[in-house]
Amino acid sequence: MEKGIPSEMYKEHIIELYKSPRNLGCLENSTHKATEHNSLCGDEITINLIVDKGKVKEAKFSGSGCIISMVSSSLLTEKIKNMELEEIKKMGKKDMLDLLKIDITPARIKCALLPLETTKKALGF
Amino acid sequence: MELNNKTIKRIKKDFPIFKNNKRLVYLDNAATSQKPKQVINTLKNFYEKDYANIHRGIYRLSEKATELYMKSKEIVAEFIGSDPEEIIYTKNTTESLNLLSYSLPFIISESKGEIKSKSKRKSKKNEIVLTELEHHSNLIPWQQLAKRNNMKIKFIEIKPENYELDFDDALKKITNKTAIVAINHVSNSFGLINPIKEIIKFAKSKKAITIVDAAQSMPHMKVNVKDLNCDFLAFSGHKMLGPTGIGVLYGKKELLKKLPPFLFGGGMINDVELKKSSWAEIPFKFEAGTPDISSAIGLGRAIRYIQSIGIENIESWEKKLTAYALNKLKEIPGIKVYNSSKNISGILSFNFEKIPPHDVASLLDFYGIAIRAGYHCNIPLMKKLNIPGTCRISFYFYNSFEDIDYLVKILKKISLEITKKLE
Repeated sequence: MEKGIPSEMYKEHIIELYKSPRNLGCLENSTHKATEHNSLCGDEITINLIVDKGKVKEAKFSGSGCIISMVSSSLLTEKIKNMELEEIKKMGKKDMLDLLKIDITPARIKCALLPLETTKKALGF
Repeated sequence: MELNNKTIKRIKKDFPIFKNNKRLVYLDNAATSQKPKQVINTLKNFYEKDYANIHRGIYRLSEKATELYMKSKEIVAEFIGSDPEEIIYTKNTTESLNLLSYSLPFIISESKGEIKSKSKRKSKKNEIVLTELEHHSNLIPWQQLAKRNNMKIKFIEIKPENYELDFDDALKKITNKTAIVAINHVSNSFGLINPIKEIIKFAKSKKAITIVDAAQSMPHMKVNVKDLNCDFLAFSGHKMLGPTGIGVLYGKKELLKKLPPFLFGGGMINDVELKKSSWAEIPFKFEAGTPDISSAIGLGRAIRYIQSIGIENIESWEKKLTAYALNKLKEIPGIKVYNSSKNISGILSFNFEKIPPHDVASLLDFYGIAIRAGYHCNIPLMKKLNIPGTCRISFYFYNSFEDIDYLVKILKKISLEITKKLE
């Protein structure tokens, strides 16, 4: 039971992305922007997007939160670059879990989904 | 019963949750408490042997159910030092405070003729005083009242060095303009015990109505409404071994008599005509509809359980646990403990320098340790202190020194292994 820290949720690739996030920052010329927070635990994420011809050209995130929500933000902003808006609209829980590639406890699902919800809000979905 | 390592072991056996979850170290008692089998069996027995609606049936079962329900009010009243007719059953603390926020403006305007709903006329008493430490349940109902009745809310500030309530500020904020003072007895984020007796005394001198949110104090320490001399006091049953769905609003008899009902319907009436009705006596005029009869009876049993141990024994055991935990936590590398005051009840808040609180809670959960992480329904407070939430542990009397040793051992491990990974 007490051999090491349980690694399911905190695998190397998750820790690495938390230490060196992708697409962290703001976009001065963003066309779409939204902030969402999880009022229970305090995660807050802002998503900045540049949309052109029905596609996301650039995506950045900023904010503060737990390891899962930060890593999830890195992965999502990476994934949606050059993606059709209609495809993003269809994304759901399973897509986020596929991106994270870890088992997540039910209590933490909302951390994983926060960036997707924020992105959809920015896009008006 | 004096509490020590040996008696705690025996007491834990009363709580089936620990039998069914062998690894569980439950440290989220400020959110809700676990239930002893005595309370669970009381509910079961009531449904199996004595169940019927109360105050209605002319038959033995209904009479028995009514008797059990009324007995529970006597138990609650005895526990807090009031009369049974001063005990109103609600769903929880939140509902108790909402009831007041809706009904109070009527008696303030009646007795003083000063606050009139939606009136533009300037009134002398139109301020509500709260503290910066309030749980959302003792903040949002007053925000809404202020909005409805064009009132102003003032906040007694906390001292930044130890988060204690600034008593001098209380003396400044409570004035002749203050209509209502509503304060928490124990802060749910930092466990601070507030000097409410002194604040109530001062508020009385300004003729304000005084309300105490006792959700975090009632389960853990002797609270006597006569001694506090508050006008109203609210608490929840589920945080003190009772079932969910039962809360209490205490009010001084003379005020309850004047206070109009909040909910209307069956059970709360005296006489009904097609176009008008009159209300039942207190406390029944505040209990419209079939109440949570079984939970009320369960709360009575929960209080009897607490009394069998002794609330003073509970308080002193939890003090020992808190002092021990505070020292042990401070030994952990990379930790910041927010409780610096000595005047605390069994609630401790901390953070790791490098690991977000939510992740700490998840990691502890892998080891069977249940704690709370986040804002604890204190968003304005956390924003003021610029804290992105905290990890919070909160004790009840069934916790042991062993629980704390295990928690500290795992926290040390997390600190060491995860912090290293994050570097």
